[in-house]
Amino acid sequence: MAFTQRHLLGLEGVAADEIATMLDTAESFKEISERDIKKVPTLRGKTVINLFYEASTRTRTSFEIAAKRLSADTINVSASTSSASKGETLADTARNLEAMRPDAIVVRHPSSGACHLLARHVSCPILNAGDGCHEHPTQALLDLLTIRERLGDVAGRTIAIVGDVLHSRVARSNLHALRALGATVRFVGPPTLLPPELGRLGAELHTNLESGVRDADVIMMLRIQRERQGANYFPTLDEYSRYFCLTEEAVRLARPHVIILHPGPLNRGLEISSAVADGPYSVIMDQVTNGVAVRMALLYLLVNRAKTAGAGDALEPAIAAEPRRQTGGRA
Amino acid sequence: MSENGSRMVMDPVAIQRALVRIAHEILERNKGTAELALVGIRSRGIYLAKRIQRAIAEIEGSANIPFGVVDITLYRDDLDRGLQNPVVQGTDIPFPVGGKRILLVDDVLFTGRTIRAAMDALVDFGRPQSIQLAVLVDRGHRELPIRADYVGKNLPTSRREQVQVRLAEADGVDEVVIEG
Repeated sequence: MAFTQRHLLGLEGVAADEIATMLDTAESFKEISERDIKKVPTLRGKTVINLFYEASTRTRTSFEIAAKRLSADTINVSASTSSASKGETLADTARNLEAMRPDAIVVRHPSSGACHLLARHVSCPILNAGDGCHEHPTQALLDLLTIRERLGDVAGRTIAIVGDVLHSRVARSNLHALRALGATVRFVGPPTLLPPELGRLGAELHTNLESGVRDADVIMMLRIQRERQGANYFPTLDEYSRYFCLTEEAVRLARPHVIILHPGPLNRGLEISSAVADGPYSVIMDQVTNGVAVRMALLYLLVNRAKTAGAGDALEPAIAAEPRRQTGGRA
Repeated sequence: MSENGSRMVMDPVAIQRALVRIAHEILERNKGTAELALVGIRSRGIYLAKRIQRAIAEIEGSANIPFGVVDITLYRDDLDRGLQNPVVQGTDIPFPVGGKRILLVDDVLFTGRTIRAAMDALVDFGRPQSIQLAVLVDRGHRELPIRADYVGKNLPTSRREQVQVRLAEADGVDEVVIEG
């Protein structure tokens, strides 16, 4: 098993075998949420702080449930109730939180790179729950897990990512991970929301919905982020919807086994029609279920790793590779 | 004793005889297979549990005994003791645990900590009528008040020695070897 990360800041540059380890571990954790008693004692006595400087229901709840199902204690801090509203800097907040000895900090922040800054100031693992327009790694991992479950291997698949690519951290994290695993990535949207730099990172760019989704194995819709639309990227929401709303007619252009993903929250009728969002090919609720398993896996991998950093690597590598190989020594 | 200091203590025939005897003992103690369920501890306990299941089926004729797998990784008490993250391969208990006589199967009984973890994992699924333990080898040196109900072979060892159970399903060969 390959896993060397200290933090989960993003998926850019993370190797395919490390991504596979995260997904395999997440798959093993799914079963826990199906039990009557949805709890294992793995992180008993550990503390996870959810530090959210941006609104979130799904991601924050998902991280909190994940930590609690591993028996960790969770504390939620949101910007409106934190000292940030009194002018404290992010680094100072981090140092103060660290002084309370948490075992992991989950961070969402409107500024790209905020998690990287925090990671330099604290010694515990940082999990990026979305930083500005940069990355949202756990979302991409739960997307990958959902794709893998439905279609098997990700390699060789064509994934069309449609909508507000410019502002989307989900699109960027998915691009890095999907490319690492050998998939073809198409970004689809109006030219104003389709930064040409992303072409240099290995994505195909399509400004036409029909050509973008044709023969795709997966269509991933992005939310139009009205809160980030400072300038006018398109004339009106109606016009955007006329050209880029995913309807059943557009879905029919894709492969017959196509699945539709959306990170939520849905703008029904704007980027996705209700018929598609609730259709048989929609796996949006699977994504939410898988999100808990992915976050459990990352907390397990990072929190246990942090405790052993430095000492752990040299000790008993045989057990790390195959935990039951030396049964005689450990049973 | 071979040149590298390893010593074979059970060959394929001895392993098979021990498992068949354990199967008989299980049937005798439980007066048949009513409410019986087999749970193997990853990974060699699974193969041993499968073999016991087959032996019971041969003795009893029919006997479709529920079968499960338990991964103790998330219940270990040494996760923070300097190991890298053990791979989580998942637990699969596809039958209701409540009211069952669970027969837990592992290859080697040593400190008892694995069995403690496996029992904690099992009771998270419900309240079994009883949990019994079958192991191929009991090598002593218990650190917890745990004992096996069915033992293939009692093997006095020193703490420094390694007991290697190799099974055809995973290792291509059936043998129990003491090393070191």
